[in-house]
Amino acid sequence: MWNALTSKFEAIFKRLRGRGLLDEAAVTDVLREVRLALLEADVHYAVVKTLLESVKARALTQEVLQSLTPGQQVIKIVWEELCALMGQSHRPIQLAPNPPTVVMLVGLQGAGKTTTAAKIARAFHADGRRVLLAAADLKRPAAIRQLEVLGEQVGVPVHAPSGEQTPEAVCRAAVARADRGNIDLVVLDTAGRLQIDEELMGELVAIRESVRPHEVLLVADAMTGQAAVSIAERFNQGVGVTGIVLTKTEGDARGGAMLSMLAVTGKPIKYVGVGEALAALEPFHPERAASRILGMGDVAGLVERAQEVLSRDDARVLDQKLRSDSFTLDDFGAQLQQVKKLGSFSDLLGMIPGGAKLAERVADKSPERDLVRIEAMLSSMTPRERRSPEVINGSRRKRIARGSGTTVQEINQLLKQFAQAKKMMKTLSGPRGRSLAARLFSA
Amino acid sequence: MSLWDRVSAGLTKSRETLARGLNSLRAPVHKGRQTVSFDEMEAALIEADVGVRMADALIEELKRVPDVDADQVRQHLKTLIISRCDRAPSSALAEGPHPLVVLFVGVNGVGKTTSVAKLAARYRSQGRQVLLAAGDTFRAAAVEQLQIWGARLGVEVIHQKPGSDPAAVVFDAVSAAKARDADVLLIDSAGRLHTKQSLMDELVKIKRVIGRALPGAPHEILLVLDASTGQNGLAQARVFHEALGLTGIVVTKLDGTPKGGIVLAIVDELGLPVKLLGLGEEPDALVPFEATAFAEGLVG
Repeated sequence: MWNALTSKFEAIFKRLRGRGLLDEAAVTDVLREVRLALLEADVHYAVVKTLLESVKARALTQEVLQSLTPGQQVIKIVWEELCALMGQSHRPIQLAPNPPTVVMLVGLQGAGKTTTAAKIARAFHADGRRVLLAAADLKRPAAIRQLEVLGEQVGVPVHAPSGEQTPEAVCRAAVARADRGNIDLVVLDTAGRLQIDEELMGELVAIRESVRPHEVLLVADAMTGQAAVSIAERFNQGVGVTGIVLTKTEGDARGGAMLSMLAVTGKPIKYVGVGEALAALEPFHPERAASRILGMGDVAGLVERAQEVLSRDDARVLDQKLRSDSFTLDDFGAQLQQVKKLGSFSDLLGMIPGGAKLAERVADKSPERDLVRIEAMLSSMTPRERRSPEVINGSRRKRIARGSGTTVQEINQLLKQFAQAKKMMKTLSGPRGRSLAARLFSA
Repeated sequence: MSLWDRVSAGLTKSRETLARGLNSLRAPVHKGRQTVSFDEMEAALIEADVGVRMADALIEELKRVPDVDADQVRQHLKTLIISRCDRAPSSALAEGPHPLVVLFVGVNGVGKTTSVAKLAARYRSQGRQVLLAAGDTFRAAAVEQLQIWGARLGVEVIHQKPGSDPAAVVFDAVSAAKARDADVLLIDSAGRLHTKQSLMDELVKIKRVIGRALPGAPHEILLVLDASTGQNGLAQARVFHEALGLTGIVVTKLDGTPKGGIVLAIVDELGLPVKLLGLGEEPDALVPFEATAFAEGLVG
């Protein structure tokens, strides 16, 4: 989501960096471009104005302008103001001391409430919690059925209305069932609504009054425009939200809606939806997001993701294989799979400081496509060939190329790269140093 | 409620925001104050999701108007908006092909299925024989959602198991439309973000399959756009248009606070007409687009 805004900021700040002297005109110039970038990212007009006013007031002091690195100072001020706006650390859903914890999802039609309900259920279910989903959207055709299907996929029971006439009654029944059934977390999926609909707003308040949820999460679409402010305002005033879940962030929306909603409600973004798969829900870390927006990268996020995918055990096994020189094309293939699990290349590059520009350049060459070709080549080999690549002679190469829809040249290249990689890894894991993998995870 | 009232009600918020900017212009304004007011107008236009560049372009043109009386500025702004809409091809849906095949595309959660149902209701009320195709085989219960609509409207829905190949469903549907001599076939598709190349490829395939089953079809490819979408709407329209060659835009959910200003940028940059406006939750709340009413609703 961030890449577009990030590259804009990188371009703007590049001109600032390294400049020894800054005058008021130069700062004003740069801030005008920051304004344009934020507005094009759908940050609300009033929010942009307030943000830039405080940046400007702080940047135009003698202290900053006459410092040794005025450019960096200005960037730092923008970063600090963004951080102040976004809040500090990730705030997950807190389980109440007396279960069940009740989480109520509210939001406009099409924001992604039902999908988010299933994603939250999946996350807590995977954590060993007992979760109950409640289908309180009695309005949209087949909404209950949708939650039932998703509940089945996630492996979580769904409370569907049976005889209850109002959403409030459904929610009350679901919470009562959770009370009896030793459930840790109840997620209430309410009907989508259009803000002007007072009747539906009243319905939400009735649910809140009746079941007293611990969390009321506003589910909002990351692609929302200036309306984000009024949406957040209305829901916050009407029902009182405790946090925000931002959905569909994997697209190229620039996330301005998020800044607007934060500024207006002061409520934290708790999670972001990053894909259609039910596992695609991530905790939101404000300070990392601020860094990322300014092109400072999200190294912490990158390491975290790598750790999630490559377990310590895997790393140890790999280390041993490297030491004993038994690293084969099979292992190579397994490594590729793990790299793929990390996400797309451009995504990963975007998390490295200054990487957003690089990611853009790489995007045309689509490294993922290369990965697919390599996978095809590997799977066209026999197990023996993968175990001991040295047996791959000319005719085997021809066969593999035919089988994988590639060329002999590509096979040659792959084998050469594999040999080189093996050699390099061996050096790294040699007696004088520990292996790269071990070093990565020793932190 | 008349068409005008509906559009007007749907766009009330935008109008109120704009009115604030315009009212600050009321009565002839002195030169010195003029820039301030134009700044406020810029803010108002941006708040309607018109976008900075489009807002600035409109204001540049407004500045050339000699009279700065609020009503005249308002009138002129309306004219500007209408003329921009008029530059695009006709807003009327295709007539003539038999069966008429309409494919609905868009990102997740914009209201594709609902729009399909509403347009079906519209054609039904004109006495046409309508067939629906449940092309969203991905989202849980999307097929059921369309079936419920079908049952309500008395319209047959061609469908397969969830998870099946949407291109196959669509092929079946076109064959069925031909066999049953239907007047109109409306095809729903799964929501997809325009940044997902593989899913966009899937749509291209669906389009190709339709064309193979019925040469010349689909006659309409409509991008459904949530009116509360911000500047990303332009990116969506651009990518869907490049991949599929859209014939028009459907703007939905104009009954809430949404503002729909991004439509102007889309019409301007891509030359795509807005064909339908979704103005509410009832089945008949989908109306043909009319530039005058739209501008009227936006500016007041």
